[in-house]
Amino acid sequence: MAVVPPPSRRRKRRMDQVVGLANIPIDWLEERSGLVGGVKYFLFRKVPSDINWFHTLGSATLTAFLVQAATGVILAMYYSPHPDEAYESIRYITHDVTLGWLVRGMHRWGASVFIILLFLHMARVFLFGAYKYPRELNWIVGVMLLPLAMLEGFTGYLLPWDQTAYWATVVGINLNGTGPIVGPLLAQFLRSGDEIGADSLTRFYALHMLLLPGAIMGLIGLHLYLVIRLGVSSPPWSEEAAGKERTEAPPSGERGLVRPRARGGRPRGE
Amino acid sequence: MAGVVVTLIFAFLWARDVMTPGRATTTGGPEPAGTADAAPIPAHEGGPAMPPADEPVGERMPRNKFLELTTLGLGGVITGLVVGPVLGFAVLPAFTGDELDAVDLGPLDEYPKGEWREATFMSDPAAGEVSRRTAFIRNNGMVDEQPSVTIISNRCVHLGCPVQSGGPRQDEDQETIKTEQAELTVTPIQPANFSCPCHGGAYDTEGNRIAGPPVRALDRYKYSIKGGNLFLLEPYSVGEVKGEGAEAMIKAYGLQGPGEHVDGPSGLLYPIQPQDFG
Repeated sequence: MAVVPPPSRRRKRRMDQVVGLANIPIDWLEERSGLVGGVKYFLFRKVPSDINWFHTLGSATLTAFLVQAATGVILAMYYSPHPDEAYESIRYITHDVTLGWLVRGMHRWGASVFIILLFLHMARVFLFGAYKYPRELNWIVGVMLLPLAMLEGFTGYLLPWDQTAYWATVVGINLNGTGPIVGPLLAQFLRSGDEIGADSLTRFYALHMLLLPGAIMGLIGLHLYLVIRLGVSSPPWSEEAAGKERTEAPPSGERGLVRPRARGGRPRGE
Repeated sequence: MAGVVVTLIFAFLWARDVMTPGRATTTGGPEPAGTADAAPIPAHEGGPAMPPADEPVGERMPRNKFLELTTLGLGGVITGLVVGPVLGFAVLPAFTGDELDAVDLGPLDEYPKGEWREATFMSDPAAGEVSRRTAFIRNNGMVDEQPSVTIISNRCVHLGCPVQSGGPRQDEDQETIKTEQAELTVTPIQPANFSCPCHGGAYDTEGNRIAGPPVRALDRYKYSIKGGNLFLLEPYSVGEVKGEGAEAMIKAYGLQGPGEHVDGPSGLLYPIQPQDFG
């Protein structure tokens, strides 16, 4: 072990000065808003000690959504929601704009990643029983997020304005139209008239990039608030949550995605 | 407007307040005479300085309560004034579309008796390519000295994909007909049936379903003939067609969306159609 020599007093004083200087803007912000404390509270809050990788699916879904939001903003700079120009602008983004293929690819594949992670996260919450008291409301908020995310997929699918996009949307809208009583009116509203046209494209575009993301962001905010307020749930096999005394943690090599082997027995390989 | 209403409400309340006798009654009032000279008593003796009120004292509608309700009410009115038009703007245009003009399909001579033609045209030239439609047209000859024409829409009544004619097709004999409105292409076809690429719906040459998921027969177009030209009018839905060609008996209904039943018990599921508002 290397022996670290004690810093000279002068050096230490200078260090303190630098730290104090760096803290000035942070203190300024904290004193006026309390934001720094809030962020610290969010990042360093306590979670059960026996959570595992499945608990990261929610954050992963959030990350996927943020990727969609960021790439979507960039795509909106080049996309034109007009029937005569939409397809051309997509072609332009994919082939001519520098790195346009990458951003569009991220948005396109990221959409599937988002939905898949959403379902995996939902499955985790369901299978772990994490929706139970007192977290029912957060389950409800999540269930409201699910159709919004799928509507994002539906409205985004029309925007490339190619044959696949057009006919898939025709079929999708007409599926809505077969709903009893309100179906025909819903279909009429979605396609903004008797037939899919310029108004349908701009309508889907506005829904896709303004209304739905706004609603999703609001609900995600509520979702996170409830997660922070109620805390993260322990997995169903948690001995800690069951009130048993916590035994010595297994060696780090034995931890993993799966349930840890019952404690107290002889570890494998010994 | 809202200001006037608020002013009137306040004026009324003020007037009522002024004219009500015994208003602004408060408990207490001047100390009863004769107590000023009395010897002071300790605080823990004697009755309370202010007797407890038996009933809530004051007006029926205190000012703060009134102001609270007024603020909420005004906020509600303002919200309504904003949300109403915005929602109307978002929803109503979809239901108030203009009627499309009749489409000129060219001279009736272009459609020889007993033969099928596939006509492709723009239903709304101003809207451009997105309004391109296709119809299958067969001239059935004269019935009672009136021309009879079968015009079948290519929109599958399952979920709206474009059906295609199954059979030979003479693309090399395709003609482009220029009319006053626009131009259309007419292709000779000899369909044995019509079928849809999306989910396998199949129809016979009268549009009756023969296979797959469609719930009724193919939609048809009304038509008229002016100056020897065939004009396409609005489409209508068909439950079933009996017979063929000029002798066909068509069970016609108002236009319904794809996938919607027009007859039978399931037809009752769709009592309101968007066209009812047009």
